Amino acid sequence: MDHAFEFLVRQGDNVLVLGHRLSEWCGQGPVLEEDIALANIALDMIGQTQLWLSYAAEVEGANRTADDLAYLRDAWDFRNVLLVEQPNRDFAVTIMRQFLFDAYHVPYLHALESSKDQRVAEIASKCRKEAIYHLERSSSVIVALGDGTEESHKRMQAALERLWPYTGELFLSDETDDAVAESGLAPVLNDVKARWLQTVQSSLKDAYLQMPDNDFAQIGGKSGIRHSEHLGHMLSTMQVLQRSYPGAQW
Amino acid sequence: MYAQMIKSTGQGVKSDEQMTEQERAFQARIDAGEKIEPKDWMPDGYRNNLIRQIGQHAHSEIVGQLPEANWITRAPTLERKANLIAKVQDEAGHGLYLYCAAETLGISRDELVDMLHSGAMKYSSIFNYPTLTWADMGAVGWLVDGAAIMNQVPLQRTSYGPYARAMVRICKEESFHQRQGFHIMMAMCNGNQAQKRMAQDALNRFWFPALMMFGPSDKDSVHSAQSMAWKIKMNTNDELRQKFVDETVPQAHYLGLTIPDEQLVLNEDTGNHDFTEPDWSEFHSILKGDGPCNVERLEVRAKAWEEGAWVRDGMMAHAEKRASRKAAAG
Repeated sequence: MDHAFEFLVRQGDNVLVLGHRLSEWCGQGPVLEEDIALANIALDMIGQTQLWLSYAAEVEGANRTADDLAYLRDAWDFRNVLLVEQPNRDFAVTIMRQFLFDAYHVPYLHALESSKDQRVAEIASKCRKEAIYHLERSSSVIVALGDGTEESHKRMQAALERLWPYTGELFLSDETDDAVAESGLAPVLNDVKARWLQTVQSSLKDAYLQMPDNDFAQIGGKSGIRHSEHLGHMLSTMQVLQRSYPGAQW
Repeated sequence: MYAQMIKSTGQGVKSDEQMTEQERAFQARIDAGEKIEPKDWMPDGYRNNLIRQIGQHAHSEIVGQLPEANWITRAPTLERKANLIAKVQDEAGHGLYLYCAAETLGISRDELVDMLHSGAMKYSSIFNYPTLTWADMGAVGWLVDGAAIMNQVPLQRTSYGPYARAMVRICKEESFHQRQGFHIMMAMCNGNQAQKRMAQDALNRFWFPALMMFGPSDKDSVHSAQSMAWKIKMNTNDELRQKFVDETVPQAHYLGLTIPDEQLVLNEDTGNHDFTEPDWSEFHSILKGDGPCNVERLEVRAKAWEEGAWVRDGMMAHAEKRASRKAAAG
């Protein structure tokens, strides 16, 4: 296995899948300002996807492009964590999923800025500027809705509990994580976890939300071994034109 | 051109003698090209007419997100996906500026949204047509945004300051959208047989609906005269429609597409194209609610609004709690 390629595809797929999920909200947000914000974050993430997957395609050296990777791989070749492929459900789940990811994304990208691979460091630096804004936004919405009304509090707590089992995978190291940490390409995940936990604890406290007392983790996304059923449906929509008209230029 | 069939006073334009002194002074300011600002005195008719027009325009931006959002999840490349998200996001932004402009006239966004959902206010007929293939994203940008620009560029000079200023920002983005749409059409027309077929099919379906965007013919447009006297409307429907046809025909030729109108011909005497009028009975039936997507579009908007109520309430409650905590802390 080429660990560098695998690592880059993981970065690209996380933002591609999450960006796609967010884009499903376009035109249907709870309030115009949120509609615009969700689209804005989706847009950043699709932009980040282009950076990561382009580099992945170069590193692979198999004449594939970022679009080939996005549109012509099937679910088992996707390497995103399970958290990001979870469906939007209601706004509570969407924004909680975003927060839990952003709280990981910022310190992870920060650490990647010290990657020994110059290109990875550059991409991470650009992405982190956007991720900081995403985290500011998602954490403030978490706090507002956790505090807000009885109903908004209840929905946010339920969203947190529903998504919590998908957070563990972000930090459970596998062979690829160990290899890229070893080679100086990426950080040791445990180091990132401490910073994630700090952010999560502090925002949940401000939001009057109870952190689940359970470290059970659903895994299988970033290894590609067992994605959820949802990813296949997402890809069947996303890839429909590329699959139906092979080789067409758009 | 997202405002159609805007009711004005229904009284025709008042003559100098019929106007009160205040109304005469107001009209003189407009005639001199001055901008009317929110705190200035204005006739009730002017205010209500503008609320209807800006409100309908804002609703059109918001409902207009839906036919394009329909393809965001299926956009064929990462770049196209990003461009389309950006475009739909811009439209939401336009809606926001316009609701803000309407608010300066003394009506809240919530009131306007309620009127949209109850059917008391309309949005442009064009958004009640379905988007069926990827080429429709090209056709919508090229034709629908193209038609919108025809109307909106002159509205940058409209008499009401906040509306004119909103239009300046909107026009910049719309021109970009139109070029983006044309670019999609070009890719399709240079593509394979299926893509060419999609492009022609999109033009076939959107041509007449695009012509309808300018509203009924001048002779049937009962509310235009007052709106034009007040510089809320800057050109007649037929003038703008003609300009649109004249500009679009050569673009279609360049793309290698055929405008679906056998009567279309360049009139050597006038230098303009003669063309077939759209089917106005279809237009009126859409305004009545019988277009292919009227029910679905409103249903989606109303559902988003209802399902988002807890979010809006939660945010409001948090803001209030925070303010009172701050006050309590002294």
